[in-house]
Amino acid sequence: MDFLIFENISKSYGSNKVIDNLSIAVQKGEIFSLLGPSGCGKTTLLRIAAGFEEPDSGRVILDGQDITNLPPNKRKLNTVFQNYALFPHLTVRDNIAFGLKVSGFSKEKINDEVERYLDLIQMTDHASKKPSKLSGGQKQRVAIARALINKPDVLLLDEPLAALDLKLRQRMLVDLDWMHDEVGITFLYVTHDQSEAMSISDTIAVMNKGRIEQKGTSVEVYEAPRTSFVAAFIGDTNFFDGEVKSIDGDYCLLSVESFPDIRVYNDKAVKPGGKVYLSIRPEKIGISHNKPSEEKINVLKGKVEEIIYLGSHTKYWISVNGFRISVIAVHNTFMLDIKEISFNDEVYIYWSLDSCYMLEQYKEEDEALLTLPDDEILDQETV
Amino acid sequence: MKPSSYSKKRNELLSSFPSFIWLVILFVIPIGVIFAIAFKAADPYGGIGEEWTLSTIKELFNPIYPAIFWRTIYLSLISTFIAILLALPVGYYIARTGKRMREIFLVLVIVPFWTNFLIRIIAWKVLLHPDGFIKKILVTLSLADPNSILLYRPETVLIVLVYSHLPFAILPIYAAAEKFDFSLIEAARDLGASRFQAFRKVFIPGISSGIVAAFIVVLIPSLGSYVIPELVGGASVEMIGSKIAQRSFVDRNLPHASALSALLMLAVFIPLFFAALWQRKAALTGKVK
Repeated sequence: MDFLIFENISKSYGSNKVIDNLSIAVQKGEIFSLLGPSGCGKTTLLRIAAGFEEPDSGRVILDGQDITNLPPNKRKLNTVFQNYALFPHLTVRDNIAFGLKVSGFSKEKINDEVERYLDLIQMTDHASKKPSKLSGGQKQRVAIARALINKPDVLLLDEPLAALDLKLRQRMLVDLDWMHDEVGITFLYVTHDQSEAMSISDTIAVMNKGRIEQKGTSVEVYEAPRTSFVAAFIGDTNFFDGEVKSIDGDYCLLSVESFPDIRVYNDKAVKPGGKVYLSIRPEKIGISHNKPSEEKINVLKGKVEEIIYLGSHTKYWISVNGFRISVIAVHNTFMLDIKEISFNDEVYIYWSLDSCYMLEQYKEEDEALLTLPDDEILDQETV
Repeated sequence: MKPSSYSKKRNELLSSFPSFIWLVILFVIPIGVIFAIAFKAADPYGGIGEEWTLSTIKELFNPIYPAIFWRTIYLSLISTFIAILLALPVGYYIARTGKRMREIFLVLVIVPFWTNFLIRIIAWKVLLHPDGFIKKILVTLSLADPNSILLYRPETVLIVLVYSHLPFAILPIYAAAEKFDFSLIEAARDLGASRFQAFRKVFIPGISSGIVAAFIVVLIPSLGSYVIPELVGGASVEMIGSKIAQRSFVDRNLPHASALSALLMLAVFIPLFFAALWQRKAALTGKVK
């Protein structure tokens, strides 16, 4: 069931179009991530849902009701802010109780609920502390409890883990997922961090320049990116410029860079002569000293330029006709017994015809997107 | 105590020593002198007599004083509350507005200071004069009786007190509001608070240090005000400041003026003391940085 619906939303600040005729629906009970780089409009969209910003056009519909013009306090949505926005003059307990207090619940009811949520976030021992005495992770949990206690229809999370260090972020992700299962509330999760989005979401919508580039499950957006932007933003990939030479049933033959022709599964409306992007994930590529003999593969020959051994996997950079291709070999065998691939070796790299992915046709404007800052914490919109 | 924090403490003492001496010579000693003079006899030529006496202190129990003291205190307190009440939305608005407008508003708050205080109070006298501008408007709108008098009433003194002290309330409240994290207002609204609830439950506690400062800097000059009651209040709305002036300039009775000053000073010290306690408590609990 479409639960939270954004319908043809547009929003500009001056001449800067932040959200461009965007429509998307969030299902009841799911964790829905808006994933995108700084300034892609994801935070603005969240603020439109919360009621802090008004869209220039379009509607926001929650559970069948048009909430576009409701003030924030009349919406059954609650937000977990990026900087937590805990009230510094109130204790943890009073912060969590705030929503129930302004709604005028009875004292007993408030006390019971607050104790329950203090317990849920395991902060009962810290209930009388002021926020300034809490660690980042504790503040985060209080911010979540403060929002959840109001039993919102949708919980909005604005980069909730951005201010935490890596270890804590991973633990909080698990906690968040657990809390989601516990309370069964729909989560709308805004983040620029693809691994965060992939690990927690039921559905990911990749945003760029105020539009949704692709919506799908983690597997869908990773394995079958619809655009070069999505392929570049989610995970690592090797990009090639290609030109369609011929189409042969389910496959088409591409001439790519200075390589021998490459065969790729064809699910796009391409014509011979059309320019396309080709994306091959590094871990889909096999590497070997001997020429592989399997059918239905593309094989290139190259030289090992760099090796980074990371225990669970090894990263290689293979130079093929002057073009660097990144390869990841995942180790599921005992590595000490295997003949090692070493620097400057001549190797074959190969991949199945079905594991590289042809993207949409080449567009000049996409060029700039291929060099992405990969962990920009500050979101321009929030500054 | 670690040696480093010990030497830090010593440096603090050393560097604050000159200002400490300055305050003692020009502030603490004169106050002590005022308290001491209150216990001296008056000299018929306007000076201070030799012998110590309690007669001046006894004169403070003269029944005219409680009324004047009471009027001084309630006019000051009410004018302080009104000034803060007016300053809160102004400070909030200035802090939230854009940088350019903010500068314009701040200049507008300060501009009245470019005109001499006395002139501004006399201007009020002109405005409120029986033939003055405001009176005529009120009579035309039939809001005032043609025979009524606008000057020399407690309400008038109150209005002029609020007028002259309003900038002193706006500035500290603005300074605190400017540092206030307005995303907290959004958080409160998000959690279901109305605009007013968010203002009262989050903004006001968030700028409590500014409110306390505004309270102090408005209340103290109000308690000691002498020009305003003298000019717009006249004989019927005397405040303690007018009495002190009268005792020293007209009666030339310095011990009496000193005794009144000392009493007023105690009245000022008490709220100041509690305000300082409150601020210290707030600082300890992390409210004020």
